[in-house]
Amino acid sequence: MEKILEGCAYVLGNNIDTDQIIPAEHLVYSLSDPEEKKKYGEFALSGVPIVQAGLPEGQKPFVNEGEHTSEFSIIIGGSNFGCGSSREHAPFALNVAGVKAIVSESYARIFYRNSVDGGFLVPYETPEKLNDKIKTGDKLTINVSENTLTNVTTGETYALTPLGDVFDIVKAGGIFKYARKNELIA
Amino acid sequence: MAQTITQKILAKSAKRKTVEPGESVWLNVDVLMTHDVCGPPTIGIWKREFGENAKIFDKEKLVIFPDHYIFTENEHANRNINILRDFAKEYDVPNYYDVGSERYKGVCHIALAEEGYNVPGTVLFGSDSHTCTSGAFGMFSTGVGNTDAAFILGTGKIWEKVPESMKFIFDGQMPDYLTAKDLILQILGDITTDGATYRAMEFDGEAVYSLSMEERMTLTNMAIEGGAMSGIIAADSVCEAYVKERTSKPYEIFNSDPDAKYYATYRYDVSKMEPTVAKPHSPDNRDVVRNVAGTKLTKCYIGSCTGGKLTDFAFAAKMLRGREVKVPTFIVPGSTLVDKQLSEETIDGLSYKDIFLNAGCDIAESSCAACLGGPSDTVGRSSDGDIVISTTNRNFPGRMGSKKSEVYLASPLTVAASALTGVITDPRDFL
Repeated sequence: MEKILEGCAYVLGNNIDTDQIIPAEHLVYSLSDPEEKKKYGEFALSGVPIVQAGLPEGQKPFVNEGEHTSEFSIIIGGSNFGCGSSREHAPFALNVAGVKAIVSESYARIFYRNSVDGGFLVPYETPEKLNDKIKTGDKLTINVSENTLTNVTTGETYALTPLGDVFDIVKAGGIFKYARKNELIA
Repeated sequence: MAQTITQKILAKSAKRKTVEPGESVWLNVDVLMTHDVCGPPTIGIWKREFGENAKIFDKEKLVIFPDHYIFTENEHANRNINILRDFAKEYDVPNYYDVGSERYKGVCHIALAEEGYNVPGTVLFGSDSHTCTSGAFGMFSTGVGNTDAAFILGTGKIWEKVPESMKFIFDGQMPDYLTAKDLILQILGDITTDGATYRAMEFDGEAVYSLSMEERMTLTNMAIEGGAMSGIIAADSVCEAYVKERTSKPYEIFNSDPDAKYYATYRYDVSKMEPTVAKPHSPDNRDVVRNVAGTKLTKCYIGSCTGGKLTDFAFAAKMLRGREVKVPTFIVPGSTLVDKQLSEETIDGLSYKDIFLNAGCDIAESSCAACLGGPSDTVGRSSDGDIVISTTNRNFPGRMGSKKSEVYLASPLTVAASALTGVITDPRDFL
């Protein structure tokens, strides 16, 4: 995986549930067809109420109308990111939209597993609340080996919680690649 | 070392003597369940990863219930059913319950119980967050995504971090105005939507063991709303009788050691509890019904894996008998068996179905329906401006359809009482 992840921040509140990440009515599209799967990027985070979309100001849709990728590739969340349903379509949709990493205080278990085991994005935890310090549009870099997040726009650097055991699966690119590498499956 | 029921079951599954919270273990899975929303992508990943020679780890252990988007014109949703149907045919899957056939069962978590897949002491994974429902049968059950489900489909194994446990004890005798839904909404208000993240919620106490299996399933069903990995109630004679009627599979009953360690223990006296709601837009936004009584409603909804079991309709029928609803009220049986039972179960000679029809309710066919919004032609789906009271499990923005609707979660008694007045109503007003 890349040693430095770069991108612009999209800032959200606490308890961003999977219905906000990808509303249930959109779960019908193919996840393998290269054209059809773009729908997931188009509707990524479309369930977030507009006043809370892109904090602190809000009113900023994650994906512009008619597009399927976002100008933002690092999400700054609060606590309990990805709560709700088990739909893997959620981290998948964010991946299609171009998200590389999320930095949040905590995650719901299934969303966290799906992000890692599916190899869709890196779910970083942070000991410090950051969604009131970073603004949507700020330029960010994540140093993967040093576990730090730097806000290039303000010059501030924050510590990320090391991924621990999960880092091996992240590095491998998902549970299947990890299992093959470790000869758990053929 | 003293062990919780969850540790004991996971140790058995991992072929270990004991396991400790925080360690990751590889589990052998007894049942894998999937449905029409997550089944097709799970099959896609399984084929991609295992290639031409992809094999199902054990056909008898795979269970597929189409249930989410069933009665819709949506072509993509119908394509998903076709993918499941073709897969079941190609690989000769015995436990596939096809739509449009007599085998169609309805909502997966209720059907798992009814069809004898819930077996004390076993480990069940499902590609649905409410898979924790099965924990009511003294077993470990939890939800996973498509990639993990595909891994299980090919190997029968999955890694899991052994959870710490939280204990919730309910003492006393259940008053007639209270249901399991009130108990779990009380807990969610206390611990919030991430208060049990990565933990097991264990329910205990004489009030819990006085409940039917269906009501116990309401408790474990909403463990995920506290972020829990699983919910669990140790099996007793009521559970054993339910299981034996439905399957001859061997089962093993586990109990937590008296000195097992818990992250936290909560104790409640049900005789002091009141009918409870979760206000918009979160299942932990708890209040007592009387504080929000009088709130105007546009829709009432009784259904889903949480609130569409026979016991939920028994509560509703008791309330609606001989009365008429004031706002559109949707009755969505959780399974085709529950649907059938609505015609068989009676109060004073009148079937539940007739009670609901006489009261002016709309009765829909069994499926997940509007609990999760669904395609635009889904029965009961919320529209802009709707204020709904529902027996379902989540009220996040847009969960039941429109982002511009508001949803209150409540017990079947509270929902039925509110249907009779058109405003949120404490069921004690009618009992």
